[in-house]
This record gives sequence, structure tokens and C-alpha cells, in this order.
Amino acid sequence: MTEPEILFGIYCPPHPQPLLSPEASDGYGKLRDAYETCRKRIEESEADLILVYSTTWPSIIGHQIQAHPEPEWVHVDDDFHFLGSMPYKFRMDVEFADAFKNAAESRGLQSRTIAYDGFPIDTGSVVALKLLNPDNRIPACIVSSNMYANRAETIVLGKSARDAIQEQGKKAVVVVVSSLSNRMFTEHIDPSEDRIHSAKDDEWNRKILEFFDDGRLEDLSQLSREIHGQIRVQKVVAYKPAWWMSATMGQHNNYTGEVLAYEALHGSGGAVVILTPAAESVGDKEFDEDDVEHYHGDRGVLDKGML
Amino acid sequence: MLGCLAPHPPHVVYAENPEQNEAFSEGGWETLRWGYNRLARKLKTIDYDAMVIFTPHWQTYIGTHFLGLPKFKSKSVDPVFPNIFRFNYDISVDVDLAEKMCEVAGESGIVTKMMRNPDFRIDYGTITSCHMLNPDWDKPLVTISSNRNADYYSAEVMNEQASALGEACARAIEESGKKVVLISSHSLSHRHFVTESPLPEDMSREHIYNHSQYVWDMKLVDLMRSGKMREVIDIMPEFTEQTIAETEAGGLTWMMAAMGYPNYPAEIYGYQSVIGTGNLIAAWNPMEATREIVL
Repeated sequence: MTEPEILFGIYCPPHPQPLLSPEASDGYGKLRDAYETCRKRIEESEADLILVYSTTWPSIIGHQIQAHPEPEWVHVDDDFHFLGSMPYKFRMDVEFADAFKNAAESRGLQSRTIAYDGFPIDTGSVVALKLLNPDNRIPACIVSSNMYANRAETIVLGKSARDAIQEQGKKAVVVVVSSLSNRMFTEHIDPSEDRIHSAKDDEWNRKILEFFDDGRLEDLSQLSREIHGQIRVQKVVAYKPAWWMSATMGQHNNYTGEVLAYEALHGSGGAVVILTPAAESVGDKEFDEDDVEHYHGDRGVLDKGML
Repeated sequence: MLGCLAPHPPHVVYAENPEQNEAFSEGGWETLRWGYNRLARKLKTIDYDAMVIFTPHWQTYIGTHFLGLPKFKSKSVDPVFPNIFRFNYDISVDVDLAEKMCEVAGESGIVTKMMRNPDFRIDYGTITSCHMLNPDWDKPLVTISSNRNADYYSAEVMNEQASALGEACARAIEESGKKVVLISSHSLSHRHFVTESPLPEDMSREHIYNHSQYVWDMKLVDLMRSGKMREVIDIMPEFTEQTIAETEAGGLTWMMAAMGYPNYPAEIYGYQSVIGTGNLIAAWNPMEATREIVL
């Protein structure tokens, strides 16, 4: 069986500053330049699909997949509304969205496509697609991040995406929209004085970026729980982006990593990274967590061994 | 001030089939809807100037924000349940009162911001609670965002911060000379099922997520019936942690602080599960002459 054709992966932050106020600080400008590099790289590739996993699109009923052919709205961020509005009109790959949903269901996941006028596409997805694919040259697909999903479910979701890419014969660019450390300052700041919230967050971010730079995506996936405990605000059950990204891209460390930018975004860690599949593997970790292929739901522990 | 605990599962609006909502239902969740209907009728008999709502679905991490334009007209689509909630709204805001709250809260040391972007979309929590309490939409709103202190710090810090905000809002209301209905928009226990029946209003599928959630919810209802709101707020961090409660946003703490932690019985209008979560409609009426034992 042939492998799905994933040209490269991009990890980028969800905050609107690189889109709306890149001139407000050197850091925001560098992030914007990094997005620009990614945009050119996509244009120069033979990609026919941009697949986005966004941590700022939470779902509850399983995994939602955007399937409106041309979603259009003017989006405003809940916190950064004063930076301006984000009008958008995107082009979605409806056929792929359906295939992704079917693949997810085949692996035991609850999933549905979403195609409603006015559906609120999240800040992270809007920022990523407007900067990476401004002319809608390549159709896109966006999948939500279920707020209750943990490792097994997220890895199976990634494998479902891989199934769909293979089944559709797509040449895909995989985009994960997520901060590194995600603790923002709780006060309004002068953007020119923006910095990572704490030395600890900064140190962990740089360690993660070392892994990215070495192409060690599966190693990062295995470190997700530790990353969640160390530098993630506990808004959801786990830090899932590396799980999904690694599962979608093939669960290995064989990448050429390029860290294009790493800057503070109101205190959180924003990095733009490209991972391109390569021949050589690095890393020295051994993993003992199951590599789950099919999602069976909760194990129903409460129903067993009645007291 | 009269206070309402008004949960916002969009299912109740969906079940009512108002002309503003695009989705059509065959009903459902009557225990909640009929409770809402009764409270809405009562509010019609009360003279007040504005509804002040604290919503968990306008989530801000940089302080507390207030709607700051007089009109908002657009469509709100629930990002989680878009199949049932696509609501065309046209709302008025009491900007003067919002600015007063923002000012007084700011003077209290709370980080605040007025939201003046005309493209801003009103969240479905605000719309659901306000529609169910006032389907005529004939009162202006003040909408207050929920600063996510429970996420960033702890439920204890949330309690302290929300209390400070509630006290500041009470001072602002008093200085304004206005009569308001306060709305704390949220469920109690808040663990959802992650699947949905083919017909969302199929009531044969509806029940609380687990018994622990139910017992905790009833503990709070009992305390509310007994007029022990100080105790409710004192155990709020534990309740929030144990039941993944939507009180984590701070709404109930904010409202109780603004009302001085009532020691009189709450009016209970209904309790029902929606997709596994525990939802209570209750009101705190400081006027003893019109206070009722509803349920």
C-alpha cells in the first residue's frame, strides 16, 4: 500500500497579532515574515490540500470538520477585538471533509461535517489560512479539537486524516495551529515590551524547538503529557497538537526541521516551524504507550467491579 | 436588583422555535423551558431598566470586557451545536451603565476593557439566557465577559476575583440609580456527552452524565432553598472542581457578591439535564412581599 503524500507540516500560533498588527513589535513582524516564508513554500509545492487542526476550535460532539464550500464572515477575536476585524472568505475541500469524516467514523470516532452560513471559524484558523493561503489558491479543510479527547482519541483522529489523504490521493500540507506555552499576561501591555511570560515557559519552549529543529516530531508527541503539565494553562485535558500532527504525518522522527521564528505573543510562546519529511531519523527515546489504531470510547470502569 | 441563574444550553431556544432561530425542533426539555417561561412572566411584572449578564462564552484572558456599542445586529451560530442554534439577533446595550461598571471596576484595581468593535459577534450564552428570560427583547443589556481566572490560577482565585467584580458592579449600579436584573448564565455540573442522538430533542436519551454530578447539583439546590448563599460560594471551588462545573467562569460568585450573598430562599424554577449537564433555573428576589415558593 502506498503512503499518503504529506508534503510538509507547519506549526504556527493562533494569535491575531501577526495578521492584524505585525508592525506593533519586532517579534510580531518576525512571525509575520515566517508566515510569509511558509506561504511561499506552499505556493512552490504541489500541494492540493491544506489540512488545519486548530486548538482554538473546541468541540464537544466528537470531531467537527468544516465542510462549507465557501465560508464567509467578519471575525473578531474575543480578547483582541481592539486590533480590528478579520474579514474572510475561504475555499474548503468538501469532498475531502466528507472523506475525513468517514475515515474517522471507520476508526470508531464520533465525527460530523459542519456547513452552515455564518459558522464562527475560530481565530487560529482564520489567521493561519489568511496568511498561508491568502488567495485561496489551494482548498483547505479544518478540523476541531475535542475538549474531552485525550491521547488515544487524538492519535486515532490523526490516523483518520492520514487515511483520508491517502484515499483521496491528495498532496497535503498539514497545519497545526497552537501556541507553545500558552500563558498570556493578564493585563494589557505595550506590544513593544512583549516577552515570554516566565523564564520557565521560555526554557521549555526552547527545548520543544530543539526537538522541532531536529525533526523529532514523534518524540514531541511522546512528551505531550509532560509539556501539558509544565507550560500549558489547564484549559483542556491535554496538550494534543503534537499527538495529532505526528499521527497525521506518520509517527516518526524523520524530518528536516526549520524553526522560522519564535516570539512572544502577549506572553505566550509563538513559533512558526516547518517539518519536511526526510530520510534520516534521530532520537533516542523508547516508547511504551500503546499505538492505538481504533477508538473504542471510554472503558466504563465504573460499571465493572461493583462495590 | 433581582438575580437569575439562567443556564444557556442552546437546546432550550431550539426547542422553543422562535422566529429568530433557523433550526426547527419538535420541542424537548420542557421542565427547563416551562420554568423559564414562568420566570419570564414574573419578570414582565417587575419594573427594571436593564439586564446585566455575565457570560462564560465570551472568554477573555486579559481582564474583564464590557460591550460598548448601543446596537448589535447579526447572527450567532453556536460553534458546538450549529445544527440547532443559528440565531438572528438585534440587541440594544445600555452603554452608559456598561461604562459605569467598567469605570468602577477599574478603580477597584480590576483590569477592564470596553469592547467597541461593531463586527463583534454576541455569544450564544448571552442570547440564550436573555431570550428565555425576555423573549420580547425589550430591555437593553449589559454583557460582561468572563475572565478565566480558574484556568490561569485556581477556582479559589476565581472566587475572589469574581466577588470583587460583583461588588464593583453593585456600586456602579447603585451610583447609576438604575434598577436591573442580574443574570448569571451557566449550568451547574458541566460534563457533556460527546455524542448526540440523531434527533437532539429525543428526550428518551436525556439524563445527567453521572450520579455524582446529580448529587452535587442537589446539594447546591438545597443550600439555595435554605438561603445559604454564602455557604454556596464558600464551597464553590470544590463544587467546581468535582463537577467540572460551569461556575468556573465566575458567574454565580459575581452575582451573589453583587447581591450581598442573599440569606433568603431562592425561587427554584426547574432543574433538568441537557446533553448530560445539570441545569438549574433559580431567582433571588430581595422583595419579600413578592418572593415565591415556586417548586
